[in-house]
Amino acid sequence: MTSEKTEQNLPDYAVLARYEGVTELVEACKVVRDAGFKKWDSYSPFPVHGIDPAMGIKMTRLPWLIFVMGITGTAFGIWLQWFSNVSAYPFMISGKPLWSLPANIPVAFETTVLFAALTAVFATLAINGLPRFHNPLFTSAAFARVTDDKFFIAIQADDPKYNQSEVMALLQGTGASLVEVVGDDSKKDVEIPTLLKVGLAGSFILGLVPLVMISNSYITETPFTSIHLNPNMDFQEKFKVQSASTLFADGASMRLPVEGTVAMDDLNLDAHLNRGLNPDQSWATTFPKAVTVNAEFMAHGKERFEIFCMPCHGKAGDGTGLIHQRAEKLGETAWTQPTNLHQDFLREQAVGRLFNTISNGIRNMEGYAHAIPVKDRWAIIAYVRALQRSQFASADDLPKDLRGKLQ
Amino acid sequence: MTALTSTEIVNTTDDPGEGRAPLITGAQTFHTVTEIVAGVPEQDRINRNWWIAFAIASTLATCFGASIAYLVWEGVGIWGNNNPVGWGWPIVNFVFWVGIGHAGTLISAILFLLRQKWRTSINRFAEAMTVFAVVCALTFPGIHVGRIWTAYWLLPLPNQMAMWPNFRSPLLWDVFAVSTYGLVSALFWYFGLIPDLATLRDRAKSIFRKIPYAIFSLGWTGSARHWHRYERSYLILAALATPLVLSVHSVVSFDFATSQLPGWHTTIFPPYFVAGAIFSGFAMVVTLAVPCRAFFGMKNLITLRHLENMNKVILATGMMVGYAYSIEFFIAWYGANPAEGFAFLNRAFGPYAWAYWTMVSCNVIAPQFFWFKKVRTTPVLMVIVAIFVNIGMWFERFVITVTSLSRDFLPSSWAYFSPTFFDWFMLLGSFGLFSTLFLLFLRWVPMVAVAEVKATLPQAHVGHQEH
Repeated sequence: MTSEKTEQNLPDYAVLARYEGVTELVEACKVVRDAGFKKWDSYSPFPVHGIDPAMGIKMTRLPWLIFVMGITGTAFGIWLQWFSNVSAYPFMISGKPLWSLPANIPVAFETTVLFAALTAVFATLAINGLPRFHNPLFTSAAFARVTDDKFFIAIQADDPKYNQSEVMALLQGTGASLVEVVGDDSKKDVEIPTLLKVGLAGSFILGLVPLVMISNSYITETPFTSIHLNPNMDFQEKFKVQSASTLFADGASMRLPVEGTVAMDDLNLDAHLNRGLNPDQSWATTFPKAVTVNAEFMAHGKERFEIFCMPCHGKAGDGTGLIHQRAEKLGETAWTQPTNLHQDFLREQAVGRLFNTISNGIRNMEGYAHAIPVKDRWAIIAYVRALQRSQFASADDLPKDLRGKLQ
Repeated sequence: MTALTSTEIVNTTDDPGEGRAPLITGAQTFHTVTEIVAGVPEQDRINRNWWIAFAIASTLATCFGASIAYLVWEGVGIWGNNNPVGWGWPIVNFVFWVGIGHAGTLISAILFLLRQKWRTSINRFAEAMTVFAVVCALTFPGIHVGRIWTAYWLLPLPNQMAMWPNFRSPLLWDVFAVSTYGLVSALFWYFGLIPDLATLRDRAKSIFRKIPYAIFSLGWTGSARHWHRYERSYLILAALATPLVLSVHSVVSFDFATSQLPGWHTTIFPPYFVAGAIFSGFAMVVTLAVPCRAFFGMKNLITLRHLENMNKVILATGMMVGYAYSIEFFIAWYGANPAEGFAFLNRAFGPYAWAYWTMVSCNVIAPQFFWFKKVRTTPVLMVIVAIFVNIGMWFERFVITVTSLSRDFLPSSWAYFSPTFFDWFMLLGSFGLFSTLFLLFLRWVPMVAVAEVKATLPQAHVGHQEH
């Protein structure tokens, strides 16, 4: 019964008793529990129902730990999303608020499950003291059947009530089919070889090298572009704008519209509206019928004027816009001052001509037909007319009830 | 194949006089259960059929690797994906494999919570299937991004551009859902394996077998104090995995449902996808379980009753899927949105009608044969039905993804999708990868949860009077 142990003179680790069935095991556990042992355990190939009270095992508090870690996971998921999409890189999509909780629920749910599941597995292993590759019980040949069909109780030698002969007698009285002493073969004073230590330290340092390289490239700039091993994205087989083509007779890849066709919405038959001309080709002096000049139209013209015209002509239209001021400040010799819109010839000019100027440009000014729709150009003209009048107004132009305020 | 037709012990009928028919047949003891299951990885010479299967599977898996390498070199143009069908077979395959992966966790977790003891014979198997299916599933979106070397942008990692992913995109939810699912499924699988790996460790004859099993079984002794915490954690893991299964396929369906595309933009998608996932997953478990129990002598552990129960689940979820198909059409008509109505008429009668009716035949009509007990309890017949379901569920994902994209709002942008050689190659290759992993699992790991099956035997209960 104590074969190997006595030969090697090992100290006792435990007394091991084997049982053939679940019922015997549970009954034996009750005996050991009532005998007042603390450091003992039973072993079985599967979880035995009813063994916890028989051994006096209290309910584990593991579920609370898992719950707390699950809540931590929720908080982490919420924080991660808030930090990355609201704080670190505010991500505005379609004018929606930066933070809207419903969209963040799926990810927070996943992190909750992830944290809780990782805790469940690793905390169980840790509290069970696993992995534990050396266990004196493994020296018992009989104990190999514990994962097959046999049941065991081991009372450890470090229990305060341990006494080898008494414990063996106790267990033999519980219907055990085998009782034996297991020696403690753990070697407590073994040194880790120096070579292994150096190897581990060396591989740890080598493992840091990629991290250092990544951190370095994170904080430094490089003049090199990324390397394309396969350049098939740089040189693609397709026609690009303004490129040559062997497919068409004129050798160009871009096509012109078919002759005699007009693109959708480009058929501008109303000469007054679209070109500012009377039927006799003279400049129109009135606004076209397609637009209605009123306060709203004027306000729209003001808004467009301040976008397209003000940078050069200035807010008051006197030719002193910000671009002009900047050119003056820099002493640009080639700069020509934008036209003052309050000069007499402009105040008397036909609106059709003004329309033509905005559409097609004049002297240094480029045409704005590509940028400002037709009716918006007329709205700007209406506003320019108002501006011109404002510079030469007298008190008589004000409504009677407002004149008093001038004093 | 003779094994498939040899006599079966029928335990699918309950005799009122005798009580319930036993779940595990053949008057098993703890030791015989160990012998049956551990005997498979302990064979000195594995079955020649295993080698043939492994040769084919690993060849296909190698081809998969090679075509991925070519994809990285040349770009996604090697696939049939076009404009407007930007999501071709890669996404179809992704959803297909994720769906397959759901039965594993369902059998493990939901049936565990519902105390369905019949799960113990098939859960290991099904969980392994889940883990390997998720490996295949994660590969596809990974390579679908085109520039694989930037795939880590999917994760919220600090980077030199100081950019973060958009957490309002369901595609990012997917990254979290599927990777969490993969990790938790793998942990759940491994956690359940620890006691059984210890069994293999304790039975190992040579040191070369013992060391790997000893490392992976972490020094498990079967201590009652350990079992106490282990069982508690396993229960909690099951409770965590259950909503996780439902969330994962719901999130996968959000990829489609939150877009504005007719045919995708429907609220039925989350439950419909989950039902379809369970449907396809169980079909895959049946497809794998029937040949394995025959070839590896597991007929007393994976009995006809287990198979019949799974077939009943297939029948029920098949009806749910059929219901979802009809409701989609009803809502398309009832919603009176012309684009939506067109999308569904186009599905059933447009250029992809062949795919649509293949899907309906395989998913709605084929499982109806399970109304017959004869089909539910005959291994050959149930495998035929299950294979039809697998095909049908692949077509379901194809129909949803491709028909909706190929004809959307703008008729001038319509285009027909044709798969290329590489599309076919990668689909077959993913089956090769899955089969390779699964065959290795069968060869080295106990394919049935030994400890759990033992706990369901009558003699595992205190007071049982016979040894």
